[in-house]
Amino acid sequence: MTTLRRRLIPYFLLGPGLIWLILFFVIPIGYMGELSLRTGSLETGFQFDWAWSNFSDSVSRFDTQFGRSFVYAGSATVIALLIAYPLAYAIAFRGGRWKTALLFAVMAPFFTTYLIRTIAWGTILGDTGIVVDTLRFFGILSDDGRLLQTTAAVIAGLTYNFLPFMVLPIYASLERIDTRLIEAAKDLYSSARTAFWRVTLPLSAPGIVAGTLLTFIPAAGDYINAEFLGSTQQSMIGNAIQSLYLNQRDYPTAAALSFVLLAAILIAVFVYIRFAGSESLMGEEAKKA
Amino acid sequence: MEAASVTAAATPRRSLPGRAWKWLREHAIVIYAAFAIAYMLIPIIVIGVFSFNDPAGKFNYTWQGFSLDSWKDPFGLSALTESFLTSLRLAALSTLGATILGTLIALALVRYEFFGRRTANFLIVIPMATPEVVIGAALLSMFLVYFGAGILGFTSLLIAHIMFSISFVVVVVRSRLIGFDRSLEEAARDLGASPLHTFRLVTLPLMMPGIVAAALLAFALSIDDFVISNFNAGTAITFPLYIYGAAQRGIPVEIYVLATMLFVVTVAAMVLTVWQQRRAERMAEVLAEPEEEPYAGTPAVPPVPGAAGG
Repeated sequence: MTTLRRRLIPYFLLGPGLIWLILFFVIPIGYMGELSLRTGSLETGFQFDWAWSNFSDSVSRFDTQFGRSFVYAGSATVIALLIAYPLAYAIAFRGGRWKTALLFAVMAPFFTTYLIRTIAWGTILGDTGIVVDTLRFFGILSDDGRLLQTTAAVIAGLTYNFLPFMVLPIYASLERIDTRLIEAAKDLYSSARTAFWRVTLPLSAPGIVAGTLLTFIPAAGDYINAEFLGSTQQSMIGNAIQSLYLNQRDYPTAAALSFVLLAAILIAVFVYIRFAGSESLMGEEAKKA
Repeated sequence: MEAASVTAAATPRRSLPGRAWKWLREHAIVIYAAFAIAYMLIPIIVIGVFSFNDPAGKFNYTWQGFSLDSWKDPFGLSALTESFLTSLRLAALSTLGATILGTLIALALVRYEFFGRRTANFLIVIPMATPEVVIGAALLSMFLVYFGAGILGFTSLLIAHIMFSISFVVVVVRSRLIGFDRSLEEAARDLGASPLHTFRLVTLPLMMPGIVAAALLAFALSIDDFVISNFNAGTAITFPLYIYGAAQRGIPVEIYVLATMLFVVTVAAMVLTVWQQRRAERMAEVLAEPEEEPYAGTPAVPPVPGAAGG
């Protein structure tokens, strides 16, 4: 009796939470799948009839937005990595007693509302803002050139908004490194550069993999930056899904697009993890948990 | 960071430019980091500064002049205040729900071996790997197909917010539980405490920092959520949804004031939590010192790394 009770305990603990996730995450995905195979209009109602053509139609209709989403999210991820790695490195190894304060500064954007942050970027990059003035002064931007409603502005916004997601995992993995390993490499006559490339960088790989995923995934589905910092020329797949669902109410097409986006991201993630080595992503967790 | 050393043909002479170059090389990464930090803080500073703006029209986009008007009466716009209160209520309830459900899951995953663990783990991870727009769209699909648009409102928002917060709570609490000294619980049991007593008096207090960090994260996620709320709000209006609507009509300065207030309060709460944790750790060290002497070198309480941060 007691062993049976003990065996059941984990299921009692898991039960409520997992049921919540199944009811409000797994099953909704199923409903989205069902919705994506319907045809009809808002007036006549949507009937289910295995309309697989919804998928090919919606993808060919919005292929530019799909392409844009992946290119923008990819660029933002690369730029964020270039900014975040040296920053995380400096905090972990040169932070000293300022470490906690610096981590606070990295997390600070989280404490202001996402939308207002993006609108504030609109102010900064605006036509009368200091950035445009400076760029025009140096002739980098022509006198009627602008930053708002350009691809650069959208990518800059995406980079900014998801930067903490890149810094924090990289910092965590750098922080865990046993510095004696780096010293050992130097004792064995490795230059600082070689020690970095052969010891520090590989050991921080889990953080890089986690950070790039945490940046790329939300960036690929984002529509706020494209809406506030871009024009229709920069609209991403998230903008299409939002407008189809909430404005045009073309639910089957919108559901099909969401499904394709989810599938594309999951495939990209799996390929990436294969390529980067699942060990580097799950290694630490898998061993402990 | 190491790129600076590529061109560094170390000169034995210590001329002034040579020394300057050496200093620059050594501090290149710190300077780079300072710029990066500045980049992260600029929009926040802009928000703070523009909360004192005296805008000419409806749009608070360009600096017009200093004014305290909006700070004197930040709750003057009743629709804005209403949305702010809705957000606070929603965040409080969803934090409560998600923290309880998530903590229970974390306990099961760390403490027990059972059939279906991998599936459970997968179920926790997958919502975090799904773009918000897909989560929002999927939930809306279910609500529309199954219940019709009538169900959309505060309840559907609460359901959604608890749903997307659970995974984050699990991750944070689990990381705290993994570094957990089980011998303390065994000691309690040896001294005759019942399992329930042990949990209440030993396990729960030790888990508390992790739970608090998880709750703070859940609260922040909820109060800031736009995308999923945008899909499932129906007629309910949260703070981010109000801002989104306002952005089309013109942004009142009060939004910047409330955002600044929210920022200051959250930072204060975080600083207080960290400070409290540090003080507790220091106290533990002081208390442990006399007993520590016989076994010099072994700290009585292993320092616990701050569990904050997603």
